[in-house]
Amino acid sequence: MAVEIQVRINGKTQQNEVEPRLLLVHYLRDTLGLTGTHIGCETSLCGACTVLLDGKAVKSCTLLAVQADGAEVTTIEGLAGQSGNGSGLHPVQEGFWEKHGLQCGYCTPGMILTSVELLRRNSEPSETEIRHALAGNLCRCTGYQHIIEAVRYAAEKIKRASAKPGRPGKTRKSGRR
Amino acid sequence: MATAMRHIGKPLKRKEDPRLIQGLSHYVDDLQMAGMHYAGIVRSPHAHARIRSVDTSKAQAAPGVVLVLTGADLKGLIGPVPCAAQLPEMKMALRPVLAHDRVRFVGEGVAVVVATDRYLARDAMDLVEVDYEPLTPVVDPEKALAKGATVLHEPYKDNVAFRWELEGGDIKKAFKQADKVIRQRMINQRLIPVAMETRGVVADYKPGEKQLTVWSSTQIPHLLRTQIAAMLGVPESSVRVITPEVGGGFGSKLNVYPEEALVAHLAMRLGKPVKWIESRRENFLATIHGRDQIDDVEVAVKSDGTVLGLRCRVIADLGAYYQLLTPLIPTMTGLMIAGCYKIPAVRVEITGVLTNKMSTDAYRGAGRPEATYIIERVMDLVAAELKKDPVEIRRKNFPQPNEFPYATPTGVIYDSANYQRSLDLALKMANYKKLRQEQARLRKQGRYVGIGLSTYVEVCAMGPSSAMPAGGWESATVRIEPTGSVNILTGASPHGQGQETSFAQLGAEVLGLDPEDVQVVHGDTAIVPYGIGTFGSRATAVGGTAVYKSLLKLREKLAAIAGHLMTEDPSKLVFADKRITARISKKSIAFGEVVGAAYAAKTLPPQMEPGLEATTFFEPTNFTFPFGAHICVVELDAETGDVRLQKYVSVDDCGNVLNPLLVDGQVHGGIAQSVGQALLEEAVYDEQGQLITGELMDYAIPRASDLPWFETARTVTPSPVNPLGLKGVGEAGTIGATPALVNAVVDALSPLGVRHVDLPVKRTRVWQILQKAGRRGK
Repeated sequence: MAVEIQVRINGKTQQNEVEPRLLLVHYLRDTLGLTGTHIGCETSLCGACTVLLDGKAVKSCTLLAVQADGAEVTTIEGLAGQSGNGSGLHPVQEGFWEKHGLQCGYCTPGMILTSVELLRRNSEPSETEIRHALAGNLCRCTGYQHIIEAVRYAAEKIKRASAKPGRPGKTRKSGRR
Repeated sequence: MATAMRHIGKPLKRKEDPRLIQGLSHYVDDLQMAGMHYAGIVRSPHAHARIRSVDTSKAQAAPGVVLVLTGADLKGLIGPVPCAAQLPEMKMALRPVLAHDRVRFVGEGVAVVVATDRYLARDAMDLVEVDYEPLTPVVDPEKALAKGATVLHEPYKDNVAFRWELEGGDIKKAFKQADKVIRQRMINQRLIPVAMETRGVVADYKPGEKQLTVWSSTQIPHLLRTQIAAMLGVPESSVRVITPEVGGGFGSKLNVYPEEALVAHLAMRLGKPVKWIESRRENFLATIHGRDQIDDVEVAVKSDGTVLGLRCRVIADLGAYYQLLTPLIPTMTGLMIAGCYKIPAVRVEITGVLTNKMSTDAYRGAGRPEATYIIERVMDLVAAELKKDPVEIRRKNFPQPNEFPYATPTGVIYDSANYQRSLDLALKMANYKKLRQEQARLRKQGRYVGIGLSTYVEVCAMGPSSAMPAGGWESATVRIEPTGSVNILTGASPHGQGQETSFAQLGAEVLGLDPEDVQVVHGDTAIVPYGIGTFGSRATAVGGTAVYKSLLKLREKLAAIAGHLMTEDPSKLVFADKRITARISKKSIAFGEVVGAAYAAKTLPPQMEPGLEATTFFEPTNFTFPFGAHICVVELDAETGDVRLQKYVSVDDCGNVLNPLLVDGQVHGGIAQSVGQALLEEAVYDEQGQLITGELMDYAIPRASDLPWFETARTVTPSPVNPLGLKGVGEAGTIGATPALVNAVVDALSPLGVRHVDLPVKRTRVWQILQKAGRRGK
């Protein structure tokens, strides 16, 4: 009954036999031990389980592991490795830390990965654009305001890094809009 | 506190974050153990039914299943879910861990299935066959009180759980002297806390050592340990409770749940680690709900706006059973109903009612948001009736700053406040005068713009043990290790509030170190001395004070040693930059050297004990009473009924602040939850007692796109109740914001003669009001 799948996860190829009904999130968490991806609702509504699948932010609680066969998956554990700046943190992770973008931390990995995808699509999102991009990720602690500041911080940081490679420079204090 | 602070009051970014932003933290479901088994609970689909029989044979035979138990199997083995509340003549409505003869709400556990794999456990749950005989569900609390209503808990004769009265001042005289009496019925709807992490339990038993370890997503590890020991009938010393990372609580994890004892029992019975993780659907059905009151309020006023008296009849829907604090929550409404006003006479009558629903209990604010909602709506009703500005009515009834500590007629002592100052600042930030002018202009264009105000006081830092069911103190042990690193062991149990950071700031401040030198440990009953936990905005004000006092004890000991080593007066030493320095001679010694001396014990002052460890059990003398003023602006969309939040200003006074970043986070989150209560959220049971808002699809918690930018500020009125002057801030936003939001909507509708709109102000309700008024805007 088991099906063999091959998925590239956080830059490493994984090969496993899985039950066809195994959810992607359980494959990541239980089979591979990548427990940074959380489960909040099992219905795609809360976004805690968000990962990047071939670069797109997807909710891994309503995808089957077999649907990820042949794909590339990035989880929170592998995100920093992709930033390539050697700081150990992706700019979005850094923004969440700097701006107090989290409290209990449960929604945070999903929130960060959705933000990463947003900034790849839109490098200078407005407050409204950030709010809409994050509407599929629920947070019960922060009231979202510091998360928005965190995303702005990251946007600024990424912009400066790409303008002057190797020189992060000074970051604008993020205020409204 | 000394005046020049290096660490206290600074917006230090959190020490807990690096693990949380990299996926390196561990919540309950992240725990993996060899031989782990998985439990699933079979739950009642009926709100009210007799259980005729349960057939587990098919489930027992299913692949991977190792055990199936029913309520009948557990009778006498596990005690009922505990309730710590006691009220005079209160009926008991205790919930068995699994129902055995009757179920009283949809979601009540009937059987448990244990399998070697979580998917197989889920499969087998569907194979348990329960034969139910449905009974009449009792859903509406007023109907539950009516004669002839089906009784939930026989042999009692009715569904009244308790009646509780509170009176202060001469209420009859107040109403006799009134120029006007205003009456209003208000609904405070049932809410669902929705922590992003559902509940979860892992238990493991080592039969040789007779040691049971329970990992649970809880706010109260020590109280839980005491209760698990009692429910299972095992010595408390053989139970260890660990709270790993906890993904939000908001009161919903300030409780003892059936699964916590049940999973522990299963682990002991099977000799295997057992995991149970609540699904979101179960979280909606079987984790406590909040609020759910019907409040009939009457207010006696003079024509100049002076409030003379307030009378309120509360019907509190408690659900089917008591959880830990269920009956106590509405009494908090009674205690705080006078708000931040000098109201000479108050009378509150509360009727607690049992219905076929999940229990209500402490949800962020716990009784105080209801009180604040009632009194803040009342102040607006008074203003509308007397055609005065809501600001004026509030000012007229505030106590003066020099009247504190201020005793309410019901005997509550407000510690310190300056209500005028927080209101003035909020008005200035909102540019209130201009807002009113702009509103008048837009109204002429037919637009529905409303300005809402709330000035609140709440009760925090719970609290003196005399007023708390399980003790209100908090513990802290501070241990300085031989290498000089500091461990703070707190009995509080933070789960997002950030005390790993703020307590480290406290430690660094007192001992002259850096926050990196101080590690905060919590949530493990084998490591941390007995504590009460994190709830009621108490962790910093009560728990932090215990930490502070333990730090002072150690500083005194270190000073004695340093003074001895340097032949200096220990009372004239300064702790800074990891050194201990004599104020006058500037003679100085490294912090680590003094710590080393304490452990080497060769050069200590005579008679001094070696080692550096101090424990405090801090007992507060009173609660604290944070306060503030919130102002918001809404515009209603006449076509859709949408309530558009355009501006939100909050001024909160939580006394002194350890870390302003954390305070802002608490305020933002609290306001967001208020927006949920005011505009979006409502737990709805149908007539059959089915929860029809049982998923995030139907129960709308606020999204990023639902909220405006919050403009926040603080005034600082230190509390005299603790030496740090802290008040607490965990619930302020949820208490202050809901009435401001509803007052704004009512203000927007006031040109149509609307004086009140019930919670939640959903767009359908607004749309219906506008339709009824026959005045579709612009």
